[in-house]
This record gives sequence, C-alpha cells and structure tokens, in this order.
Amino acid sequence: MTHTLQVEGLSTHFDTRAGLVKAVDNVSFHIDRGEVLGLVGESGSGKSVTGFSLLGLVDSPGRIAAGRILFQGGNLVGLPEPELRALRGNRIAMIFQDPMMTLNPVLRIDTQMMETVHAHANVSAAEARTRARDALGQVGIPSPDERLHAYPHQFSGGMRQRVAIAIALLHRPDLIIADEPTTALDVTIQAQILAEVQKLARDNGTALMWITHDLSVVAGLADRIAVMYAGRIVETGSVTAVLDRPMHPYTAGLIGSVPSRNRRGTRLRQIPGMTPSLIDLPEGCAFRTRCPRADAACARDPQDSHPTADRTLRCFHPHLDFEA
Amino acid sequence: MSEPVIALKGVSKRFGKSFDLAARLTRSARRAMGADLPDQTVRAVDNIDLSVAKGEVLGLVGESGCGKSTIGRMVAGIMPPSDGEVFWKGRNITAMAPDAMRKATLAVQMIFQDPYASLNPRMRVEDIVAEAPRVHNMIPRGQDTAYIDAQLTRAGLDPAYKRRYPHQFSGGQRQRIGIARALAVQPEFLVCDEAVAALDVSIQAQILNLFMDLREQLDLTYLFISHDLGVVEHLSDRVVIMYLGRIVEEAPTEEIFARPNHPYTQALLAEVPRIDTRKRQFTAIKGEIPSPLNPPPGCHFHPRCPAAMPRCREAAPVLREIAPHHRSACHLNGS
Ligand SMILES: Nc1ncnc2c1ncn2[C@@H]1O[C@H](COP(=O)(O)OP(=O)(O)OP(=O)(O)O)[C@@H](O)[C@H]1O
Ligand SMILES: Nc1ncnc2c1ncn2[C@@H]1O[C@H](COP(=O)(O)OP(=O)(O)OP(=O)(O)O)[C@@H](O)[C@H]1O
Ligand code: SF4
Ligand code: SF4
Ligand SMILES: [Mg+2]
Ligand SMILES: [Mg+2]
Repeated sequence: MTHTLQVEGLSTHFDTRAGLVKAVDNVSFHIDRGEVLGLVGESGSGKSVTGFSLLGLVDSPGRIAAGRILFQGGNLVGLPEPELRALRGNRIAMIFQDPMMTLNPVLRIDTQMMETVHAHANVSAAEARTRARDALGQVGIPSPDERLHAYPHQFSGGMRQRVAIAIALLHRPDLIIADEPTTALDVTIQAQILAEVQKLARDNGTALMWITHDLSVVAGLADRIAVMYAGRIVETGSVTAVLDRPMHPYTAGLIGSVPSRNRRGTRLRQIPGMTPSLIDLPEGCAFRTRCPRADAACARDPQDSHPTADRTLRCFHPHLDFEA
Repeated sequence: MSEPVIALKGVSKRFGKSFDLAARLTRSARRAMGADLPDQTVRAVDNIDLSVAKGEVLGLVGESGCGKSTIGRMVAGIMPPSDGEVFWKGRNITAMAPDAMRKATLAVQMIFQDPYASLNPRMRVEDIVAEAPRVHNMIPRGQDTAYIDAQLTRAGLDPAYKRRYPHQFSGGQRQRIGIARALAVQPEFLVCDEAVAALDVSIQAQILNLFMDLREQLDLTYLFISHDLGVVEHLSDRVVIMYLGRIVEEAPTEEIFARPNHPYTQALLAEVPRIDTRKRQFTAIKGEIPSPLNPPPGCHFHPRCPAAMPRCREAAPVLREIAPHHRSACHLNGS
C-alpha cells in the first residue's frame, strides 16, 4: 500500500545574512491512511518549517534544498503553484500554529469560510454558509450563526484557533498538518476537537501530522511519534515505545521535564545548556554539548539505525538497557 | 497573608453592541419590520472580585473564551473595565493621575497569549526588548549590549539571533521574545497569559524555574493564566476557575486538585490528558456549549452540567465558602 505521505531526505534551508540556517536537515518519515503521527521536539527544531515545506509554503530566503515529498504516491516538490493550490485546503489542509496565518483580520469570519468552501466546491452561497456554520458548531463555537458575522479580533485566542481548525475540516481532506492546534483550548473543548479529529481519521481515512509540545495529547491521540532536534528527526517509533522506553538522550531528557513527572513546587528537571544556534551548525551530533552520554565519537554525524523494526534512531550511544 | 498588590472589585467588561456596520444595518432593518433582536453585547467578564497577595502565584483557569485574557489586560492596566475598580497596592488605578498610572502599569507587565500579534514586525528583536528599558532609563550607560544579551539569554534565546525580525523565529522563540521583553523592565507583577504554551517541556521547565527563582529573589507576584493544569498545579499557590465570565470556584491549589467541588472543575480534571494514557477515545461535549453573546439564565454551566436541577435554570448560584479558603458557586452546596 502507498503511504498517504512519504517524506524522503527533506532539507529546507534559509540563506540569511548571518549564515545558512538548515531548519530542516535530511528528514524522512511517512504517515499511512487514517494514521496519526505526533511530531514533537525542541522549540525551533524545524517542526513548523517541515509542515510549511509539505505545502510548498516556505517563503524566500527559504527553499527546499533536497528531498522528495510523496503525497498519495506523487511528488509535490517542484509541482507548479496552481497544482499545489488545488491541493491546499482541499486534499491537504494545514492548521497553522498562529491562527492569524489562516485568518484575514479585515474580513468577517463568514466571508473567509465561504471563500474556502467556494474555492473547491461548486455550491450555492446558502449551502456554503450552512457548511461554514456547521463546521463552527463542530469545533464547539457557541451561537455559530451570530459568530459568523464577527471579525477575528472579536474572538478569544482559543476561538480563533477553533475557527482555523473548522476551516481545515471543511473539505474532509486526506491529510491534515496540524501545528499546535489545541494549545489555547481548555481540556474539555480540546477533547471535543480531538474527538472530531479521531472521527475524521476513522471514517474518512484522513492521515494526521500532529505537531505539538503536549506529550500527554500525543500519548492519547497518536499512533507513532517522531522527535526532532536541531533540524533532524532523532527518534521515531510507536507511542508506547518512545514514551515508555525513550532511547535517544534528548527524548529521555524531554520526557523527564514534564511537570507531572516532577514533585509539585520543586524545580523542574530541565535539559542543561541551551539550544545551539542553527546558523552554520558544525558537524557532529547537535545535542553533544548538552548530552550526558556524549564522547569523542559524537563529533561525527550519527546515522539512522533501526534498533527494532518499527523504530529509527540517530545516536551513537542510545539507552538500550531497559528492564524487560 | 499580606495585603493584596492587585485587587479587582466588582469588575465587569462588556464588548461592543454590534459586530459591524452591515450587521447593524440588517438589524435595524429587521427591527423596523417589528422583529426585535436580543442585545448583542458580549459579557466577557461579569462582576468579578479577585485579589492577589504579594509574592503569590495565582493560577487562572477556565473555558476558552471565558474572559481570562480580558481580566489579564485589565490587571495590566491596558484595558479599562466597564464597571468596577482595579486597585494597585490599595490605590485605584482607573482614578490615578497619568504619571502615577504609568509608573504603576510599568510595574505590572504582561506576557501575551499571542506572541506574534504582540510583537512589532518591523522592529529587530534587540530593539523590541530594549525599547521600554531605554525609555525609562533602566540601562546603565554603555551597558546596552550587555543588558540586551542578558535579557535574551535569561529567556533561553541565543543573543546571536538578536538582529532578526519576529517573522524569522519559530513560535516558541517568539514567545520567549515576549518573556524577555516583559522581564526587561524589572516588573513587580507579571501577568502570564499562556506564557509557556508554545514551548517544549524542557524549555518550559527552564522558564518556569526562572519564574520561581524571580519570585524567590525579587518577591515577584504572578497572575498565571493557563490551560495546562499540570503547569498550574506545579506553580500556583491558589487557583481560580472561571466559566463564561464568572468565577465558579477558588481554592488553594492542593485543595482544588484533591477536592474539586464545582461540576465544571470536576469536568476539567476528568479530561486532563495524561502522558500514561495510550490511544484513548476522546469524548465530545454533552449538552450545548453556552454563548457569552446570549448567556443562559441562572447558572451559566447548566446546559452542560450533568447535575443540573430546575432551580439552576432560574437563579445564579453565588460564590460562597464551602471549606476554609475554598469557595464555589453551585446550588448543590445548598443556598
Ligand atoms: N524566515 C526565516 N529566516 C531564518 N530562519 C528562520 C526563518 N523561519 C524560521 N527560521 C528558523 O528555523 C528554525 C525552525 O523553525 P520552526 O518554526 O520550524 O521551529 P518549530 O520546531 O516549529 O519551533 P516551535 O516549537 O517553537 O514552533 C528556527 O530555529 C527558526 O529560527
Ligand atoms: N475586542 C473584542 N471585541 C468583542 N469581543 C471581544 C473582544 N475581545 C474579547 N472579546 C470576547 O470576550 C470573550 C472573552 O475573551 P477572552 O479573550 O478574555 O477569553 P479567554 O478566556 O482569554 O479565552 P482563551 O482561553 O480562548 O484565550 C470572548 O467571548 C470574546 O469573543
Ligand atoms: S550521538 Fe552522542 S551526543 Fe548525540 S545524543 Fe547520542 S550520545 Fe548524545
Ligand atoms: S448550579 Fe446547578 S447547573 Fe450550575 S454547576 Fe451547580 S448543579 Fe450544575
Ligand atoms: Mg512551530
Ligand atoms: Mg485568552
């Protein structure tokens, strides 16, 4: 079976005056029909840029420097803009980390949502409005009829986020790239949205890439996890494998920082040191200045290994010593 | 407990009667035809009393759209209340002379929920962070660079990035710019509105540890708005829970997590995702989500409440003490 999405050796670079930023560096992963991949990792490690790359939305001075992005078997890299536009918002939708990237501040919500409906469906204005209203209801916006008349600034942070989610759901896409979609929502509304999303994956076969810092949401929602650090995917595997038996030292450090794994009121465990600047990053494992297991070998680039069939790992000295 | 640094007394905030001109026109047209429409006022915050003691961390939790950011803005002095009064160290801010007001509001800084919208896209990061301290002469002569670098480093940002513009940063990096900017004016009170939501848990831990250190060293006081109950539990001394513009429960942190009283609080705690859960079935909300445009009569939570009784639709429950320092607004506690 072809994967809904298969990314091979993707690199996205920004040529800045200060130097070359390899925001995404030789990244490979795949997502199957109806599957949820959780993409987690360090802030600034390239998760959003990976998402932008998939949709051909990287602005200059950024560019896809290498790699293939296969969507239902066809390569999206190099596809002419009109063909990408026909896919975007239709077969592939993105929920942006900043909802104002989806929403136009000077247009009313109904105008924006109906525009999206009409971009890919030949329906009457009344039908478009109905679909827009139903989508708002789906994401738990009360009084959807009245709220359609509002402008984005009249919504709270979480309501804007929900409108952006509603827009992404309009055409029941085959692939949704969701970038921190539920961070501004209380847990009851979050559960409502995750329930809708699960339904879409189950009934429609939609594949989901769920980018988030919330490991608890990933734990409950995702099938597999990919962990990014400094532009690279350092570890992938099933949710259970990665959360219960993290092999990469960065993943282990990350999981150790979750507040519920720390005693209330005490200092939280944090990974020592600071994220390296991605400008002209030197060769070798990017984590080595902060890693408790680093040694001389780590001055070279670790390559992908497969400790078990369904896991990938990029580390010279992974944690392999878990009790059975 | 010492006297409050911030106190809100009977504070309400209402927003605009109509959404825009077009809607207004159709409404008056419809009204001319005899169909009277309900008022389109959003009652974002409805008659709230709230105080924060010096050195305290008050967690503010609630449904999306229930008025938390609006309270944060009123506390930070950047939005006047429609009704009621805001006191800073016992003095009514809304009645202050402009000079005193500026001084008071400088001491209260806000880290905004939406980091991108709150950063000027045409300013370099170094200028965003240094702007206010320069205006208020807080940087020793000749120390400009060192001051900026120290602020950025403290917020976990590499000073190598300081000549960049906001759009060149990731979401979490932008959030840290907002944190650096707020801390750069050496505030006494911080309103943190979802201040760590865009950070990975390790950097989040670093920032939360920084907040705890500042509290210890400088006796900083916090209003900590967050949807992350794990973070709120870890950091706060006391928690206030809101629903649709009103406070529904308030208690010391350990008490509220151990003995949640209000049905909304109980629903929140039941839904908290746990890192040890695997592939769970998320559940949609039962009942109707009430709207602040048209809040239901009586208890605002009754359309969703599993324990609702007839009188919940008629009378709004008042917030009253159910145990020492523990207050809740629910008819189940008797009247
Ligand atoms: N226009 C740009 N010019 C230069 N560098 C950029 C630009 N846009 C992004 N970057 C850099 O690329 C890196 C990856 O950014 P990205 O937004 O993908 O991070 P992220 O993993 O989504 O982080 P977060 O969790 O904080 O949102 C960051 O270090 C960022 O500073
Ligand atoms: N400028 C405005 N004009 C009209 N309505 C507004 C405005 N700002 C906020 N509101 C409304 O006030 C209510 C409270 O908004 P607020 O931003 O305080 O919510 P919140 O609790 O911070 O929500 P979230 O958790 O989603 O950020 C919402 O119904 C919102 O639509
Ligand atoms: S390769 Fe070396 S430095 Fe990198 S994570 Fe593994 S042990 Fe640590
Ligand atoms: S007052 Fe009634 S409706 Fe409101 S929370 Fe209590 S039981 Fe539920
Ligand atoms: Mg991002
Ligand atoms: Mg808010």
